[in-house]
Amino acid sequence: MPEAHPTRRAGGALRFWLFGLYLACYLAFMILTAFRRDVMAWAPFGGANVAVLSGFALIGAAIAFAVLYLWLSRDAAAAPEASR
Amino acid sequence: MIYTPSAVAVVVFATFILLVVGLSVWLGRRARSASGYYAAHGEIHWLVNGIAFAGDYLSAASFLGICGMIAFYGYDGFLYSIGYLAGWIVALFIVAEPLKRMGRFTFADALDSRFHSRSIKLTAAISTLVVSLFYLIPQMVGAGALITPLLGLPHVAGVLLVGVVVTTIVVTAGMVSTTWVQFIKGSLLVLFCFLLTILILRRGLVVDAGTGDEPFAYRPVQSVLARPDLEVLPKAGAWAGKPYTRLRNRSTGLVEVWREEGRGDAARLTETQRVTVTPSGARLIDGLPQGRGPGQRDLRPVGHVAAIGEHVRGISSFATGPLGPAAFLRELSDATIQLWASERIVEDDGGVTTIYFQKLTKGADLLTAGASPTFAGVRSAKLFDKLDFFSLMLALFAGTASLPHILIRYYTVKDESAVRKSTVVGIAAIGIFYVLTLFLGFGAMTSGALDVTNSNMAAPLLAKSFSPLLFAIVSAIAFTTVLGTVSGLIIAASGAVAHDILNNVLGHQLTDTRMVQAGKIVAIVVGAIAMVLGVLFERLNVTFLVGWAFNIAASANLPALVMALYWKRATKQGIAAAITVGMVSSLAWILSSAQAFRDVYGLPATSALVPFSQPAIVTLPLGFLVLVVVSLLTPAQPDRAAEAGRPGPQSMGRG
Repeated sequence: MPEAHPTRRAGGALRFWLFGLYLACYLAFMILTAFRRDVMAWAPFGGANVAVLSGFALIGAAIAFAVLYLWLSRDAAAAPEASR
Repeated sequence: MIYTPSAVAVVVFATFILLVVGLSVWLGRRARSASGYYAAHGEIHWLVNGIAFAGDYLSAASFLGICGMIAFYGYDGFLYSIGYLAGWIVALFIVAEPLKRMGRFTFADALDSRFHSRSIKLTAAISTLVVSLFYLIPQMVGAGALITPLLGLPHVAGVLLVGVVVTTIVVTAGMVSTTWVQFIKGSLLVLFCFLLTILILRRGLVVDAGTGDEPFAYRPVQSVLARPDLEVLPKAGAWAGKPYTRLRNRSTGLVEVWREEGRGDAARLTETQRVTVTPSGARLIDGLPQGRGPGQRDLRPVGHVAAIGEHVRGISSFATGPLGPAAFLRELSDATIQLWASERIVEDDGGVTTIYFQKLTKGADLLTAGASPTFAGVRSAKLFDKLDFFSLMLALFAGTASLPHILIRYYTVKDESAVRKSTVVGIAAIGIFYVLTLFLGFGAMTSGALDVTNSNMAAPLLAKSFSPLLFAIVSAIAFTTVLGTVSGLIIAASGAVAHDILNNVLGHQLTDTRMVQAGKIVAIVVGAIAMVLGVLFERLNVTFLVGWAFNIAASANLPALVMALYWKRATKQGIAAAITVGMVSSLAWILSSAQAFRDVYGLPATSALVPFSQPAIVTLPLGFLVLVVVSLLTPAQPDRAAEAGRPGPQSMGRG
């Protein structure tokens, strides 16, 4: 096998962990939507209920995970370069 | 509804189109080679490519379809927003970087880089064509829906216009111009949706005392039946057993149809609107020819707040004034909204009447899932109904990273780092847009401007409720949205045929110039097919159609893509079999579903051959299963990519 490119190592296992975490959140959202309408209808602060808040949270989490991955993989990619 | 085109709309629209086409022709000088035509030489800046991702992805389905669905059913449309964005997690973390490493122009390149197999190239190309065509239909339908109110032209004119303009864009400059069109469109779309959201929040929610449009009647039964000029018609023929009271005016002969609601003291008759298409093809509104002249009638706009607290529409006025996002949702939750539903009745003479009737709904009920036919399963006790919901959400999650026009955009930047950065920019732009869709949809729902017959027009009509200029701009952006997405799809389809099939499968060994020429000819053919399909599927909601495309893309492409990228034991037979089985099974399932029976064939939904409509929950695992079984049953094959010194599959966790 050829030597892996630095950017290939960048991010490494991190992206699979982030993917798994997001997938778990997404599954939890689907299960709550399908089976616990009472929970999704609950409005903890009045107005926006859990359905809306969790929807926003999933969208926010996707952006946050993406930025986090970009940030961490940049550091990881820079390290091998610096060590040469 | 009849829409009156304005000079402003025509000028704004023409300006947008000319700018887009002019830009394409100008950029066309830079795309003479196949690399330039299909991948913009890999020289697009990651920031531009990231916004272009948003431009590619935020199609007519996202803008017109989701806004329309939220405006008509509430939270259910937002489920699409959540699912569409979640799909980018698969794209970023699983597909993007290895795909860039292993491919050149098309995703078939990446699949095939390990195997050099004609069967993989052929099945991947066919899958690309099928998915692209399914995705093209809603875009063309969206174009037709926009052109009618904007320019006063029929649906078919919109479809033809977008077909001709897009084909021109693609034929002149390929991926370079498509990228810049997407960049401009993506930027404008997010910007103007943000502006619209601010206007919605500034307006807040309004209960109208009747000084604006005349409120739709909702009266005690006796107060309606007491009118001396009316006689009650018997519930005979197609009307037997239906919850409608028909009253004929003795002097004019016109028939009013009222819907019966409640019982006993709470019994009410509610005013309806109805569209009748007679056996001769004439279109009647409430029994009169559609029009705005004497002796004619048009549908009235809908989308009103029926009550907030003690303030009831038609009786007293109330305006919340400007609201913050949280306060807007709180007020909406406490309000009562006048939604509309419909029922189709086939008259004894063969004419078809669609009755649109009021449905007063608590705002809080609109903030949870299950109000629309698509997601009604979540409120059902039946397992299959819930599986339908899970299946659609799975398709949205898995489909994004399998869409051909998204996948080819990974080849327009120079390296994996640029791929990563541009995907993150795309996710941010798309995520912001999807948050806005909730407010756009609810803003449209309470705008008093909706067309009860066409949910796809909700967003432009929302803009019209603020100003005709904004309507013209938003409609033009939406039209450009269609142009951008269709361009990307046609390029993907063109690459599949010219690069994958002609060059790699049939072995024509086209020169660079010939491959570009072949791609352009294919683009013209695909554009023509898209125009025909756009006319045929005019009446279907665009989001609903895109859901099908996601199911097919996820089932056909994702198992092959993931396993080719990550599983060393995958064989060429396994990959080809997974694509074929995933594509055929998902397509067959969709065509056998209740949705297809009801909305495409016009047959009873109960005649459907499969227990629920969305196939991904069955066909996606089936694709993985077939790939694994066939791969294990066939001899392991050498990794040609590794032998050639190119990156091969990587193991999970090592990166």
